Amino acid sequence: MDIKKIKENIVFWVIKSAAFLNLLALTIFLFFLVKNGISAISWKFLVLPPRDMMTKGGIMPCIVGTLVLSLGSIIVSLPLGVGAAIYLCEYAKQGKMLRIIRLGINNLAGVPSIVFGLFGLAFFATYLHFKVSILTGILTLGLLSLPVIIGTSEEAIRSVPDTYKEASIALGATKWQTIYKIILPSAIPGIMTGVILSISRVAGETAAIMYTAAVFYSPHLPTSIFQPVMALPYHIYVLATAGTNIDKTRPLQYGTALVLVGLIFLMNFIAIMIRSKKQAKN
Amino acid sequence: MKKRSIQNSISKIIPMPLAFSPLWPFIPICNLRDFSLLLNKGRSPNTQIQGEGSLLSYKTKDNIIKYLFFLCALVSVLVLGLIVYFLFIEGVPIFKVVSFKDFLFGKYWYPTSDPPSFGILPLFLGSIYVTGLSSVFSIPLGVLTAIYLAEIANPKTRSIIKPIIELLAALPSVVIGFFGMVVVAPFLQKYLDLDTGLNMFNAALMLAFMSIPTICSISEDAIYSVPRELKEGSLALGATHLQTIIRVILPASISGISTGVILGMSRAIGETMVVLMVAGGAAMIPESIFDPVRPMPASIAAEMGEAPYHSEHYFALFAIGIVLFFLTLIFNLIADHISHKYKQVGASTL
Repeated sequence: MDIKKIKENIVFWVIKSAAFLNLLALTIFLFFLVKNGISAISWKFLVLPPRDMMTKGGIMPCIVGTLVLSLGSIIVSLPLGVGAAIYLCEYAKQGKMLRIIRLGINNLAGVPSIVFGLFGLAFFATYLHFKVSILTGILTLGLLSLPVIIGTSEEAIRSVPDTYKEASIALGATKWQTIYKIILPSAIPGIMTGVILSISRVAGETAAIMYTAAVFYSPHLPTSIFQPVMALPYHIYVLATAGTNIDKTRPLQYGTALVLVGLIFLMNFIAIMIRSKKQAKN
Repeated sequence: MKKRSIQNSISKIIPMPLAFSPLWPFIPICNLRDFSLLLNKGRSPNTQIQGEGSLLSYKTKDNIIKYLFFLCALVSVLVLGLIVYFLFIEGVPIFKVVSFKDFLFGKYWYPTSDPPSFGILPLFLGSIYVTGLSSVFSIPLGVLTAIYLAEIANPKTRSIIKPIIELLAALPSVVIGFFGMVVVAPFLQKYLDLDTGLNMFNAALMLAFMSIPTICSISEDAIYSVPRELKEGSLALGATHLQTIIRVILPASISGISTGVILGMSRAIGETMVVLMVAGGAAMIPESIFDPVRPMPASIAAEMGEAPYHSEHYFALFAIGIVLFFLTLIFNLIADHISHKYKQVGASTL
């Protein structure tokens, strides 16, 4: 065999094993999570609040809190994000303004979540007097997920064939009618994918809600958006680092982590399904 | 824009079937209003006036909508401005207590002792070291995985591995931190015979685990979009697949790969939960990779809860926020610059 060929095979084997190292890492990760977490999960674990200083009971308030926060953040980010994407795709012209907006979006995407947390604390909680509450959390998380929504919506809108738009304009529709009746409906699956991915990102977000929305422990569910909530990711952190009996609550920690990862994977699977269905249609 | 609105007005006036009739070329010649009056003989003249009004309002409405969308797009820039503004409002007062130089280069971070000492050098170096060490793992693994996916894997393997990498990106950082704490730390402590498994090495491993998907997916896009003719040209000249990858494909996609690497590192610098839970939390300049460290995001997250509102400690934590913000901003601007300046347009740019 040619020496070149042997060399190539060795290098390709190294590259391949690097790729499979990722899979191995993910497998080990999931193995430990499922192995230790599955026994903690029961119907009661999902529907009961924690009790006995959070050493027993379930995680129902955390699940509710995480759902409220992540769905709420979408109410903030979806209209703004889709609006921005429409501007970028349909109205913006090449120039300084567009460059500034793009730079703004890219850099907002790179702002660390703890800095978002500081901002939420200083602006929403303190300056606007929303305190540590669901509202503060929703607004902070909404702004944090804005770049994700803009990015995916833009991609979705750009993938609408030009012929649709041209036909609509040629039939006499105004630009707004074209956007509203033609472009948006065709872009919906893509935008939905973005929404689901954004929810899944926000659901796991901890640093941004630590000092804006999350509470250590609350005996009952919040009754208004001006109250703080418990949330799954923060609950994991609290149990694992600051709980009264860290080793005793280990199964609860694994269980909570497994529920969170399960929730996030489920949403990602749905997003992947929508996308592959759409690709098959094209 | 103007031309479009004229077209729109025409189509408002002329009934649909007529819009496609061979009369079209003559329409601009005759007076539009007369023409449409002709068409609407049966209706009262009033409707015409109303029609005129709605023409104007259509244009205004479209303009209003345009500005609404423009405002939506501006929100990101606005929020970025607000973040900077509030970080400075809450952070700058600390410089009445310590000088900027002492803050940045002071070696001791004892915010709660008396008198307090606000030197963030150990925290800053903690962030830099832990990110640097994680890059040692994440860059080769991320880029090699990208090469595998874009060049070597067959389509079926690719369609399985790609979503898995995306799932990896979706893992919440708190769960990765938890994994590092309860699985990796005891393992390291036992097999490397360390005092504690919660240290810089462990944190770097976990951060690499988090930033590989970012590096990989951006690099893969770049490698995948290298024009086919470049690759085919190289193969046709007798180069092997490996030579083609090293000499042609990698140089052609280097800007995309660097963007991915920089964004991955920027993500690692700003990552909070992993370093908070796994890095060990000692605010001192590390001497070995198995020393515990306390990177900047971890300090903010750990101490904000106990810092009284508007105390010196509180201001100092916001000032760390400023440093962290600008550090990631620099990384992002470099990435942005690279991806713009060396944008690959086609084979001719090489």
